[in-house]
Amino acid sequence: MFQTPDFEENNCANEFPIVTRMLCAITIGVLSLGLMAVLILTDSSSSSLPVSLPTIVQDKLAQSGAENPVTAVLLNFRSYDTLLEIGVLLIVAVAILPRSGALSDSPLVSVVSHAQANPMLEGVLRWLVPMIIVMAGYMLWTGASLPGGAFQSGALLAGAGVLAQLSGRVQFCFTSATAKLLLTIGLITFMGVAVGVATKTGIILQYPTELAGPLILLIESAATLSIAAILLLLYNSLATQTAGISSQPSALADQTAASNASSTDNKTLPSSTREPAP
Amino acid sequence: MTQDLLYCIASIGLFGIGLYGLIVAPHIIRKILAINIMSVGVFMLLVASASTVDSLPDPVLHAMVLTGIVVAIAGTALALFLASSVHTLGRATDEDSH
Amino acid sequence: MDSFLTVDALLPLLVGLPLLAAILTTLLKHHNWRVGVSVAVASIQLIVVVALLAWLSGSWLHDNSPSFDSQHQRYALGGWGAPLGIDLAIDGFSALMLALTAVLTLVLTVYSGGYFSEPRSTVDLGSAPLAAPRPSPSPSPVSDPLLVDKSARFWPLWWLLIMGINGLFLSGDIFNIYVTLEIIGLAAVALVALDGSRASLTAALRYLLVGLLGSLCYLLAVALLYRAYGTLDLAQLSAIAEPTAITWAALALITTGLLLKTALVPLHFWLPLAHGSAPAPVSAILSALVVKTSFYLLARFWLDTLAPAATDYGLLMLGVLGATAIFWGSIQALRAKRLKVMVAYSTVAQLGYLFLLFPLFLFSGNIRESGLNGPAVSAIAYFIVAHACAKAAMFLAAGNIMRTVGHDEVDRLQGLSKVMPLSLFAFAIAGASLIGLPPSAGFIAKWLLLNVAIDTAQWWWVIIILSGGLMAAMYVFRVLSIAFINVDEKVQTEPQSSTNDPLTINDQPMLMSLCAMLLAILTIVLGFNAELILDLVNVGGDV
Repeated sequence: MFQTPDFEENNCANEFPIVTRMLCAITIGVLSLGLMAVLILTDSSSSSLPVSLPTIVQDKLAQSGAENPVTAVLLNFRSYDTLLEIGVLLIVAVAILPRSGALSDSPLVSVVSHAQANPMLEGVLRWLVPMIIVMAGYMLWTGASLPGGAFQSGALLAGAGVLAQLSGRVQFCFTSATAKLLLTIGLITFMGVAVGVATKTGIILQYPTELAGPLILLIESAATLSIAAILLLLYNSLATQTAGISSQPSALADQTAASNASSTDNKTLPSSTREPAP
Repeated sequence: MTQDLLYCIASIGLFGIGLYGLIVAPHIIRKILAINIMSVGVFMLLVASASTVDSLPDPVLHAMVLTGIVVAIAGTALALFLASSVHTLGRATDEDSH
Repeated sequence: MDSFLTVDALLPLLVGLPLLAAILTTLLKHHNWRVGVSVAVASIQLIVVVALLAWLSGSWLHDNSPSFDSQHQRYALGGWGAPLGIDLAIDGFSALMLALTAVLTLVLTVYSGGYFSEPRSTVDLGSAPLAAPRPSPSPSPVSDPLLVDKSARFWPLWWLLIMGINGLFLSGDIFNIYVTLEIIGLAAVALVALDGSRASLTAALRYLLVGLLGSLCYLLAVALLYRAYGTLDLAQLSAIAEPTAITWAALALITTGLLLKTALVPLHFWLPLAHGSAPAPVSAILSALVVKTSFYLLARFWLDTLAPAATDYGLLMLGVLGATAIFWGSIQALRAKRLKVMVAYSTVAQLGYLFLLFPLFLFSGNIRESGLNGPAVSAIAYFIVAHACAKAAMFLAAGNIMRTVGHDEVDRLQGLSKVMPLSLFAFAIAGASLIGLPPSAGFIAKWLLLNVAIDTAQWWWVIIILSGGLMAAMYVFRVLSIAFINVDEKVQTEPQSSTNDPLTINDQPMLMSLCAMLLAILTIVLGFNAELILDLVNVGGDV
């Protein structure tokens, strides 16, 4: 961590000497043992609050619009955290977005006949992808009372997309307008609900009790779409970059061309290249 | 309660192992894996702390773990993307200068 | 139907506005629309903050009775209230930080509008004696797509970063603080990596690993605190915290994690390259605000929430590390070869001053439970504001220089004063604030710090503060002396596309230089209006 990490495979020459490693291990070991001792010695199950938090959750569960206490906490009691968390996903999505070039007008999903198509996988997917979509819908619906919810179903949908891309028959373009809308629909819906309920109840994110269930479902549906799109985008960018498939040039493929045209020493100064912006 | 305490101790152990790997391992993928191990350790501590004696487990901690997992995914994805970009750039420069 | 148009509703608005701007800039296609939306939102944010401050200081000043309704300072999101829900909370210190964020956001947004727009190629008119024979400017078709793409990425990331910063200052819940810390960390890393060059990517990767480590240490501490106390709310924790072993362990973990994020020596190794390789507005916001957010959390936990567990030894240790940072950062700044790396090391040094808060708080006579107010806190709050404006001005000036002459190696900047007088003047004024020359805000900040140190008879801190100012003078004057050398033929410029002609009326670079100048002048203005800020910090602490 203290020096430049190693990017080549299996290069063991950069390891610390054995003494440093021993010292590091002993220090970390002592600190961990200390923390374990603290945990063991202060193991008491009573909290310092007059009423413990799980009891409060149980009491207010009926008003929250969901029977699953975890969903109630995530989408009603502490919905602000979930809002910010979808924002975290958006940050990484924007950072990893492929370069918007000539392919920006392609539709989100397009069927291609790629040379590396995998017919076996493609055959299985004709059955599997619809089943996954139905399963994702089920997970979304059942999140109100059983384990499930937006993140789980979004992950399932993203998995279906990954399989589709692996089969070689389907290609995704995440710089299209549909894709951008999908990426942000979760946040837009969440914010819309947050402000909308405030006109009725007076406080941001306070759902009216009779509408709490449907509102939670609405937010979760939009969030599912967003999460699925973002997770699929993460996989897509990493896969196309490392495999060097030029169908979706990453932001850095052109950087490679630009930086190669100039100085060889690009280890320190961005300004040593001829790019306009430092 | 002793069983949950065992999980708590194991989680601190995971955290320590991950920390050691982060500092000592030279390769970038190992460092990213070490961060993941550390986060698994923290999540395990959160889940183990959620057990109660006579009622359902504490849902607030479970919600924290869910949020934490999503944040860890985002961080890992960004780290992998940066690492693979550096690798791509470095490989291109090496090919050009030979 | 309750009306939600009370002043309290301004608190979530400060988080909602940047989020709205982030969504809009993701969806919009053209750079100019994004800039328009961004400037509009930044202006509205500033108006909201000013309205909030005006109302809050009015109500705080008038209602000093013990039965003051503290609801006006908290906003229960979702209506549940702590410990079940998440509260937004504001006091004097965080109100000041919000104001600083709003002002810096507006200025830097305007600057970034110019920074990321496409340069117009103008004919070079009259600076022939300065320049070496120019090769043809870089062909536009190569540069344009990259710039458009950078602009497309910059604005959503920028607004998400601002949302994270606002969310952190407003947050009243320790797990919510974790999520905002992650937002800030990931957005900052993505912004540092915006260039796509190998140096900036490596620096961003190192910053990311350090940031994730820091956040994980913080999350482990949150887990320990929940195990011990059963609540996640800052106000409730400060009421029931006790000096037990688990609290001490949690505080130690929080400190380790946040020290990594604040880049205090010896954990500062990631900062110079990360701040030095980022685009100029990104470096400005990183040095001015992002490192201050984790410092704000440290101050909050040590002096307010977990104050019973804060040992005297720990407070002194933080002060000693701060003093080391002042010296080490200044020495490295003297040795730096690039201008932006020098300014980044200067940040490392100035952050050391901030950590003098802890030992000064120890002896300044405050009762431990009185929260974040007192003479030491006022001095440090003022220092944060002064440093933020000065450092942002410096980075903007350095960015202008780099954009104009194509490089930022200090030794090759001779004669720069003829080419870019405005940016260099901004740099000089900002440097004067860092050194602590009157009448700048830096002078007032150092004066307040010296007062507290002398009042509590800690003479060694006085020596450290004064010698730190001396060393800052050395590295600032090093740059200025090289730049003001009056040698006509020695300016080695590698010409970029257009923007280095002072005779041509070209809007964008003038705007960028003006932004740098504005921030620098702000440090002087703050130097004359010290009471404004000090009152704000002190007033909110009584509740």
